[in-house]
Amino acid sequence: MTGFAAQSAAKIAADVRAGTLSAVVVAQQALARIAAQNPRQNAFSDVTRTRALAQAAAVDQSVAAGRDPGPMAGVPFAVKNLFDVAGLTTRAGSRINRDNAPAAADATLIARLEAAGAVLCGSLNMGEYAYDFTGENAHDGASVNPHDLGRMSGGSSGGSGTAVAAGMVPLALGSDTNGSIRVPASFCGIFGLKPTYGRLSRHGTFPFVASLDHLGPLARSVTDLALSYDVMQGPDADDPAQTPRAYEPTLPGLDGGIADLRIARLDGYFRHGAGPEALAALDHIAQALGAAEEIDLPLVAEVRSAAFLITMAESAALHLGRLRSRAAEFDPDVRDRLLAGAMLPAPWIVTAQKQRRAFASRMAEVFAQTDILLAPATPCSAPALGEKWLDLAGEQVPLRPNIGIFTQPISAIGLPVVSVPVWLAGTTLPIGVQVIAPPWREDLCLRVARYLEKAGAVAAPVAKGEY
Amino acid sequence: MSSGFDPEAVIDAMAPMLWLRIDPAHRPGVVQNLRAAEAAMRRMTAAPLEDMAEPAPVFQPEAQK
Repeated sequence: MTGFAAQSAAKIAADVRAGTLSAVVVAQQALARIAAQNPRQNAFSDVTRTRALAQAAAVDQSVAAGRDPGPMAGVPFAVKNLFDVAGLTTRAGSRINRDNAPAAADATLIARLEAAGAVLCGSLNMGEYAYDFTGENAHDGASVNPHDLGRMSGGSSGGSGTAVAAGMVPLALGSDTNGSIRVPASFCGIFGLKPTYGRLSRHGTFPFVASLDHLGPLARSVTDLALSYDVMQGPDADDPAQTPRAYEPTLPGLDGGIADLRIARLDGYFRHGAGPEALAALDHIAQALGAAEEIDLPLVAEVRSAAFLITMAESAALHLGRLRSRAAEFDPDVRDRLLAGAMLPAPWIVTAQKQRRAFASRMAEVFAQTDILLAPATPCSAPALGEKWLDLAGEQVPLRPNIGIFTQPISAIGLPVVSVPVWLAGTTLPIGVQVIAPPWREDLCLRVARYLEKAGAVAAPVAKGEY
Repeated sequence: MSSGFDPEAVIDAMAPMLWLRIDPAHRPGVVQNLRAAEAAMRRMTAAPLEDMAEPAPVFQPEAQK
């Protein structure tokens, strides 16, 4: 393993800013590692080599000239290929979109990271049109799990999970509509932040479900999540779904500990269906945090079903033209869900939106008594590639839609979550636990995740292998 | 409550309204997904909503640019 692979974004930025490390050297190391590993792991769909080296050279020149190169100076990163990257066609995991013209400009979040000195290295594989929890792509093949190449990365931000866990880049961006950051974070053993709905600009990304789409970072350290999240905050008039918020940095208070926080674990729905490793991971985190209280929330199954139906209907509306003209070119699993979604009665969808508000109101009451809630991120650790069925509380159910049973109710009402990676004794695969905070309190879930990281209860090591 | 839900009939009725032609090879998958959606609707409505419940999305008029 090279020194670069295990390096955090924060350490790279500190060294580049201090002038003790060249951003160009870091970019070359990242590009070399991508070249060596990507053929087997299939994380990257496009590598922006020329751009990366040019941006890194500009960072080095800033340092040499005594200018501030930014808080993320020289940090290599990559983005799920639904982000616009100027000069690349935004695939969104599809075959159909490859006929589109290349993007004219970068997505807002890419522009913000680069303005802070980060170095874009490319775009990442993903499930078609983000309608996926597996990381398997019908056109490009699966992005695989670096901890076991025969297993799923999770999706739909599968390449994001693979690239970070394999040490190709220390930071990747993904999107999360029903769990697509938290699921690959769980399967690949890394940290993932899904911010509050409406927090980060979605401008310049290919949508999935306007009511539920979020963007966020995946990384191997909590500090790297906070560092990148802080840089990406801020208003963007081009995203009508963004809620105006003051800049609320999380990095300064990251090491504030948990003494002032009331923490509880979710029971009921979140216990039913969880496999033994998911429950053991939740026990492990609850114990590390001294969280003895258990809460059985109402309306969870209802809101999860609401998110399921809203997802079907809104994504079908988005793709209706393509379903009319190019149905045969979709991933068949995605296409058939979209076709069915186009046919759902309107009252179901309005009711679904009412259930979201009802659940959000109940959760506001819960958060009056509690600061942090804990829940499994996934019902199991990474399944084998190609697996189609999942054992859920003794019942065989289709795998693909059910991997997200624990993430979907949380994103349905836009709560901020950090998925933290747990490695149980005697296991070779990680599994994630959701650390859930009230709306707009990303600082709290990041602070708890950092506490767990410092205590050694969670960790995101670079995958071992013949690299 | 028996609704008489028939996904095949839904496809036949809705596809022309949506200007969609459903390839016969795609039909079983659409049927399966309509069944999953109908099951989700049943779970979603297990807890009754108040008659005057408000939906989640709230429109915000845009300020002058």
